[in-house]
Amino acid sequence: MLKVEEQTPVVFSSELLAKFDDVKSRYPEDKSKSALLPLLHLVQAEYLWVSTSAMDKVAEYLNIQPIEVYEVATFYSMYFLKPQGKYALEVCRTGPCCLVGAEKILNHLENKLGVKEGEVTADGLFSFRGVECLAACGFGPVLQISPEYTFYENLTEASVDKLIEDLKNKS
Amino acid sequence: MSRKLLLEHINVPGINTLEVYRQKGGYRAVEKALKTLTPEEIVEEVKKSGLRGRGGAGFPTGMKWSFLAKPEGVARYLVCNADESEPGTFKDRYLMTYIPHALIEGMIVSSFALGAKVSYIYVRGEMMPQIRILEKAIAEAKAAGWLGKNILGTGYDLELYVQPGGGAYICGEETALLESLEGKRGNPRIKPPFPAIAGLYGCPTVVNNVESIAAVVPIINDGGDEYAKIGIGRSTGTKLISASGNLVKPGVYEIELGLPVEEFIYSDEYCGGIANGKRLKATVAGGSSVPILPANLTLKYANGEPRLMSYESLSEGGFATGTMMGSGGFIAFDEDQCIVRNTWNFARFYHHESCGQCSPCREGTGWMEKVLHKIEHGHGKMEDVDLLWDIQRKIEGNTICPLGDAAAWPVASAIRHFRDEFEWHIKEPVKSQSQNYGIANYANPIEKAPVTEEK
Repeated sequence: MLKVEEQTPVVFSSELLAKFDDVKSRYPEDKSKSALLPLLHLVQAEYLWVSTSAMDKVAEYLNIQPIEVYEVATFYSMYFLKPQGKYALEVCRTGPCCLVGAEKILNHLENKLGVKEGEVTADGLFSFRGVECLAACGFGPVLQISPEYTFYENLTEASVDKLIEDLKNKS
Repeated sequence: MSRKLLLEHINVPGINTLEVYRQKGGYRAVEKALKTLTPEEIVEEVKKSGLRGRGGAGFPTGMKWSFLAKPEGVARYLVCNADESEPGTFKDRYLMTYIPHALIEGMIVSSFALGAKVSYIYVRGEMMPQIRILEKAIAEAKAAGWLGKNILGTGYDLELYVQPGGGAYICGEETALLESLEGKRGNPRIKPPFPAIAGLYGCPTVVNNVESIAAVVPIINDGGDEYAKIGIGRSTGTKLISASGNLVKPGVYEIELGLPVEEFIYSDEYCGGIANGKRLKATVAGGSSVPILPANLTLKYANGEPRLMSYESLSEGGFATGTMMGSGGFIAFDEDQCIVRNTWNFARFYHHESCGQCSPCREGTGWMEKVLHKIEHGHGKMEDVDLLWDIQRKIEGNTICPLGDAAAWPVASAIRHFRDEFEWHIKEPVKSQSQNYGIANYANPIEKAPVTEEK
């Protein structure tokens, strides 16, 4: 659920705005609203989530009403409307992955990280959630890590442990 | 070995680069189409090929193209549907990952045939790695003069862009996809008007699946008639099948349509049989939306004849004893899998993905999920099975887009073929929490045609 409340104002960097301009150039001049979804991805890649003040800025940039941004950000499942861990792990929980053990992986993550689905670990490094089909059913169980959306296939409890250790060492 | 048209060079090192793709004959179709064929002739070849939409609906691609309106002075668009989200389906992701130029080459030829000057590939947002691969491949193609202004000196201009989605199964429905591409929520539009008349930005638009567009390349290279010689009956050509679940070798396979289902599951050329020496209990042959079938009806019709991997053969017997080709997402369930749990899982998926526009789908999918959750967790009542049947019937056919049907069919077919297993869960609320119903008689030869009375 989106809470529209006062948040620290956001100032987009000139690098980010240059990326916005590049995306906007892909559509006819009067159809720049088409850039909305890609722009929200760029915002999320930069800040690791999409705050309402960032959405207001996107609205301003595209010359549309803030509500047009909110209604899109709340409709699609990829946009994080609250801060996540530095590594947001998303495990596929749909049918075919469950046939090969996705539920075990989700339980294991909960135990390993010591947080519930949707919560962030105390060190701010990790959060996880189950998501619907990631279109890699033949290589399940699978998970992806935003914001890069790097992909890990044929997961086992051991490979998940290793992945988490590697990420901890990296940061 | 069967004939490969799309994945022939998939194992060639570097086939994801323009250079190697060219060495293997890539972009010949662009040269042939732009230099020697008219747009009308290309449409004619695609019609002759008998190619049917590979995204799930199976509508003839050439016919879809011929419906495109061509008013003077109005832009026309080709949009590639790469929002692959149907559980069990991962062929488009595979194709885009390993051989991205096959899609780009198909996009150039198809855009030329339709008169589009700007085309978009709408890729589901979760596929960021594939988006990066496609953008790199597009830049390569553009630098080499296959895209941009005055391609091959023919005067034809084309810009090709990749558009990421935001994570929504519904955007695989073509009008929801167009809404999303316009920067809105993915609510499907009421049809008519169809996209061929009023699509992206109100302009005439064709939306085609990744695999359909990639298939245009061999159709142009070899001719529509040659393509139509492959396959069986009205199921022409080859099809990518995504195989998942309890198989020895899950993965993406290119098959000639008409391959016996039994051969696909058990031969070493394809899935190599059921994993861990177990027996097959059931399959979902075309992605999570299509009816689930017990093992016996998967391999044979009710009359005992072998079932084939083709649009017609998979749907033989209607919903009473058959299923659908769908997107080619083939999910195999071994003897230890629980049909009730899987049906609950799929119901949860459709509830999560319903856009909420139509009340039968918005309310019905959530209701089915709750009832199935109850049964799966040992709190079901016998009348719940009939209740589920009643809910799914009230969703089917009563919604703007086919998501309602897609949510209803898995529940209906699970009850139709596995009612015993649902009833066992209800009669054995404790035992069913620690044990599975098992394979029962689902793999036994069929003695008589199942009852078809159900409406």
